[in-house]
Amino acid sequence: MTFNVLLPLLVVASSFVTGLLIFFLPEHKAHTRSALNMAGATLKLVLVLIMCWGVYRGEMYEFRFSIVLGFDFVLKVDLLSLLLVTLSSVLWFFTTIYAIGYLEGSPNRSRFFGFFSLCVTASVGVAMAGNLITFFIFYEFLTLSTYPLVVHRGTEESLQAGRKYLWYTMAGGAVLFVGVVWLHVLVGALDFQETGFLRAWPASLHGSFTVIFFLLIIGLGVKAALFPLHGWLPVAMVAPAPVSALLHAVAVVKAGAFGIVRVVYDVFGVEFASDLGLLTPLTIATSFTIVYGSVRALTQDDLKRRLAFSTVSQVSYIALGVSVLGLTSSIGGLVHLVHQGLMKITLFFCAGIYAESLSVKTVSGMKGIGRRMPITTAAFTIAAFGMIGVPPVAGFASKWHLGLGALESGQPWVIGILLTSTLLNAGYFLPILYAAWFQEQEKEWGHAHHAPCRYETPMLLLFPAVVTALLSLLTGMFAGAGWSPLALARAIALREYVP
Amino acid sequence: MDTIFPWIILLPLTGAIATFLVPRAWVIRTGMVTALLTSCMVFAAAYFLHQNGPVHYAVGSWAAPLGIRLYLDGLACVMLLLTAVSGIFISVYACEYFKDKTSGVLKREGIMFWPLWLFLWGAMNALYVSGDLFNMYVLLELLGLSAVGLVALAGTRTVLIAGMRYLIAAMLGSMSYLLGVAFLYAMHSALDTRMMGALIEPGMGAAIAFALMTIGLLLKTALFPLHFWLPPAHAGSSAPVSAILSALVVKGSFYLLLRLWFDVFHNVVTIPVGQFLGALGALAVLWGSIQAIRQQRLKMLVAYSTVAQLGYLFAVFPVTAGAPPTDGVLGQWVIESGKGTLYHALAHAFSKASIFLAAGIMVHALGTDQLSRMRGMAERLPLTTFAMALAGVSLMGLPPSGGFIGKWLMMHAVLGSGQWWWAVVIMTGSLLTAGYMFMMLRQAFQPCEDPSLFKPVPKTMEWAALILAFISIGIGIRAADVLDLLMIGSPFLIEPIAAVGGAL
Repeated sequence: MTFNVLLPLLVVASSFVTGLLIFFLPEHKAHTRSALNMAGATLKLVLVLIMCWGVYRGEMYEFRFSIVLGFDFVLKVDLLSLLLVTLSSVLWFFTTIYAIGYLEGSPNRSRFFGFFSLCVTASVGVAMAGNLITFFIFYEFLTLSTYPLVVHRGTEESLQAGRKYLWYTMAGGAVLFVGVVWLHVLVGALDFQETGFLRAWPASLHGSFTVIFFLLIIGLGVKAALFPLHGWLPVAMVAPAPVSALLHAVAVVKAGAFGIVRVVYDVFGVEFASDLGLLTPLTIATSFTIVYGSVRALTQDDLKRRLAFSTVSQVSYIALGVSVLGLTSSIGGLVHLVHQGLMKITLFFCAGIYAESLSVKTVSGMKGIGRRMPITTAAFTIAAFGMIGVPPVAGFASKWHLGLGALESGQPWVIGILLTSTLLNAGYFLPILYAAWFQEQEKEWGHAHHAPCRYETPMLLLFPAVVTALLSLLTGMFAGAGWSPLALARAIALREYVP
Repeated sequence: MDTIFPWIILLPLTGAIATFLVPRAWVIRTGMVTALLTSCMVFAAAYFLHQNGPVHYAVGSWAAPLGIRLYLDGLACVMLLLTAVSGIFISVYACEYFKDKTSGVLKREGIMFWPLWLFLWGAMNALYVSGDLFNMYVLLELLGLSAVGLVALAGTRTVLIAGMRYLIAAMLGSMSYLLGVAFLYAMHSALDTRMMGALIEPGMGAAIAFALMTIGLLLKTALFPLHFWLPPAHAGSSAPVSAILSALVVKGSFYLLLRLWFDVFHNVVTIPVGQFLGALGALAVLWGSIQAIRQQRLKMLVAYSTVAQLGYLFAVFPVTAGAPPTDGVLGQWVIESGKGTLYHALAHAFSKASIFLAAGIMVHALGTDQLSRMRGMAERLPLTTFAMALAGVSLMGLPPSGGFIGKWLMMHAVLGSGQWWWAVVIMTGSLLTAGYMFMMLRQAFQPCEDPSLFKPVPKTMEWAALILAFISIGIGIRAADVLDLLMIGSPFLIEPIAAVGGAL
């Protein structure tokens, strides 16, 4: 096997092996565990960077292993997978640092970090899957590896949340499975191809294709938290903060959104899907989810819950961009995959810090917190501005392209959705910022869950939050640069439209 | 090949007698040596099959119709391998299980376990290679009797009642089967399966024989609503016995059903019959799973899960019955569904054996199998909990396990042949399976309240359960090899056998 065959496998293995090793590590060996974690995260990051460099030079990376006749396990790297792989491995690196700091001294850490690594394995697997079957394998693996993280605390509340999470995702997985098998029965191999591979099949199959499309989208929509399949997401935020951060930014909801992108672009082909009339229902569903999530977020006092509903809304931007036919909106949707990840992970990092250092968990308890924790709150502010779409933070670039794309494709009402959503975003983020910076503290801060430290919170927690906030600022400011996520998204979108 | 063929059957039978005769101190050693040798023979047979293709063997050099024909093809070989591989690990587990906790001496149960188990193993091996309808009856009877004996080993009142019910069900089943054979023999004066397949013609007599034999085997396979005897028997017996019954014994009678369906009755069966069997299977899946969710005891839960999982196997019949032998396109789905069913049987056998062994470990450590008492198992018995979780992944049919391959192939077959309603049942069943598996694991992952409740467990027992669970996952990853072996001799090919003499 050459290096090009091996590299995708190594990227997956770097966290898989780490996870397995950590499982067998005795609980008290905290330093060894942290070292292993960081080694795994660094190794993956390096491998992914090598891969990026290779793809830039035109190398092809593909690993193929035949399981049953007509059924291959394929890991393949294209530009789209590069987008998610890079995002996952960068954010995993920072989340690992954060999680080490966050869970210091808590029980069952070997179990936690073991599943944590498996979860990222699944996430990069989803990103690099070269056909629908491999995608499904990792998609289900993701469900299994995140469940123990959601119920990690073992309280009655978290077990309830876990049960709900499981029912939603297992049912979604079952629907997805039916769609995948059916499609495999009809057309055989399901290797992802730019501009799709279903157009060539006779028109007699189009009816089945339509049903399959909806099966696939429903199956994926559960993880992508499309209304009305989003019920698990706000509940699942009982998980520890690093898990929420990972769930909302890279792992679960992204797997769903990414799957929708794959199905529309690389299975059906965006133009073929449009010809079959499949995109309009998707546009309507995502538009509704965008508004619905934002409206629900307005009334939540629990900070993490408000962020969760915000995720429901924001993730649908990705699917919206995909479902509106046209180059520009595709760019907007794809780039939001990265931008939303960066901003949302920052927000969850900050929410975790507030809870950990000051026992602040509600929006109403955040009055005056800006003066007590200026750095954290600054990071939070950047990310919140990004979510609203204030330039030059990353979120602006996504919304700009989405809006422009809607105009181009002759669906101006989408602009209305975007505007409404922006107003609502402002409606639920600005009060937080106002309370944090401009209002007086009302009651005493709660006790800290960690040892006293030099800065406002332990460096292990603060550093990742600041870095991701800066990243979301930088990707927005340098969106025009050749190496930015936007440029990558443009390159992907250009390939998906038949010239 | 001719030299090793008889030993697949003779070795375990000889071992059974030997373990019965040797002094107590030698029982385990004799038993284990027999188990190992038998497995080696099976592996050797598999190797020969792989090299030279299917084998016919005339016992005592008497050809059919006078003599008894043994026949080894891919399907039989995979079943032999299944028995050998899970048999080895169950045997290893049983070595420790039947020892007295304090003195380490083999208990009375253990002394009786070995002869019965080896006897059962021999009967099962013979059943898989048998090509003669009456011979099959004798073996079914042997299998049933030794299984009932194993159930009765535990010796408590409830188990004896369960064993009695099992005995009656098994007897009724064999009788019904025998009656069917008598009908066929009266009509065609033949007992060899291949000959019968060529001679039989659709008609009243064939239909009655088919119905009698099928009902008999359904009773033994515990298909809903004939499953009443299974849960108490499987849940009440000692752990290695539960594993043997759930993983292997019920597969024996199902195997026979499959063989008869393809080799003998292929032009007697009709579409409604296939749909009917499929519907019973679907009800078994739903009913068994719902009952499993309602259980308070781990072993009962697992036993009902067996009822449900056996239901999946019957999805093969509607696909097969709908396909005329000449239709190449539909024929493809028949083969697919045969593969899927067999794969599901394999995956279920390994994972169910693993879970029953794990449940035995729990009883060993805690003295009970109440689900509510499982709290803290993940901390105190991590290997066992891991085994349960892995086996659960396979039962749920999640990738990349063997259960996933089985489900994939079955879904392929039912969707491909246009019978989408079975797909709905299969997926609902998977979700329900996830429901009870997570119900179980959820308890295991709760924090441990009192570590002193957990008594130490021999590590070999834990590893036996874990390795079986790994195998149930592993056969998913190496599915291509298993399927290649399975398809030697094309066991699922429905075609009229033109020249019987040539085939022999």
